Amino acid sequence: MKLRYLEVSVGLFVLLGIAALFYLAIQVSNIAEYRDRDTYEVIAFFDHIGGLKVRAPVTVSGVRIGRVSRIAYDPERFQARVTLAIQSGTDFLPADTQASIFTAGLLGEQYIALEPGGDFESLAHGDEILFTQSALVLENMIGRVLTNFSSD
Amino acid sequence: MIDFLANLGRSGLHWLSLLGRASMFLFRVLRAQDAVVLRYRLTLAELYSVGVRSLLIIAVSGLFVGMVLGYQGYITLVKFGAAEALGGAVALSLVRELGPVVTALLFAGRAGSALTAEIGLMKTTEQLSAMEMMAVDPYRRVFAPRFFAGFLSMPLLAAIFSAVGVMGGYIVGVGLLGVDSGSYFSQMQAVTDWREDVVSGVIKSVVFGFVVTWIAIFQGFDAEPTSEGISRATTQTVVISALAVLGLDFILTGLMFT
Repeated sequence: MKLRYLEVSVGLFVLLGIAALFYLAIQVSNIAEYRDRDTYEVIAFFDHIGGLKVRAPVTVSGVRIGRVSRIAYDPERFQARVTLAIQSGTDFLPADTQASIFTAGLLGEQYIALEPGGDFESLAHGDEILFTQSALVLENMIGRVLTNFSSD
Repeated sequence: MIDFLANLGRSGLHWLSLLGRASMFLFRVLRAQDAVVLRYRLTLAELYSVGVRSLLIIAVSGLFVGMVLGYQGYITLVKFGAAEALGGAVALSLVRELGPVVTALLFAGRAGSALTAEIGLMKTTEQLSAMEMMAVDPYRRVFAPRFFAGFLSMPLLAAIFSAVGVMGGYIVGVGLLGVDSGSYFSQMQAVTDWREDVVSGVIKSVVFGFVVTWIAIFQGFDAEPTSEGISRATTQTVVISALAVLGLDFILTGLMFT
């Protein structure tokens, strides 16, 4: 009887611990994202990426369709080379899609917004997005406003 | 001057030999781990006294820490009009830091001190020597099951702490302060990364479990066989464990979240 009680309570304890881990995985963290492995990659070159980070969202009309998988500097083009991993389900983006770096809210994180163009051909794995718009750098804007004021 | 040097050398040698004895002890305990499976009933009993009986204090502390985080986070975030981000703030602070660290501190106080006192008393009443006389290896009979129980319980307890804390934050944030239930969890999932945050937290709790149990069992084993010795060893367990956990937490955080 004593041993039975020990066994049952220890079993419950271990089960509870594992259940807590599952809860942390599924309810608290983003483990669901690790499942959408089926992606294809396209490349975009930006003059300035601002505060864009790896794993930042990639959206079309605000709908999240992928994320930034790599950021590097391209020494030949003197531009930032950003690799976007886009879910395979979204394989109908026209070849002349434009990529822009926006900020969510005033102080939020930066993300890439895609705006589909009108081309009949679609972007495929390894393609480059030709039309890009860099991140707005607040300091540059302030500088421009100040020069406008001073030139008056 | 010479006296000062001699004192310095003596304390240095003292600490060095302590560290050496502790490492030898750990090595022998680890080598005796096959007893955990062979004598699973002993392990079961230890899991019960170390893990199951710590459950209540861990769950209650987790609940209250989560609720306090809910309040404090809300007060700060609402100033920026970002009360919806409460879920993320609560979950990140729990999963990354408070879950493993507070659980380890409570674990050292609740289970570690008990282990030290138990083993220290076994040594004082010469039960350990009696076992050796009967050709029963105390490493396999006493230390290995206790070490394994502490090592296994700690990550489970930390996970329970974090999970209960998230629910505590939910009770306060959503129930009392009126944060939207959907955005509480969606914000949480947006900022909490499985590998970088949750798994790192679990690794922390595994390390803390290892270190705290090691310190507790070794302090009992190394205690001076008198009543003052046991009391000193029990105090030492809690003090050294707390310092080790906080110091290691700093190092692990530096290594994992760069």
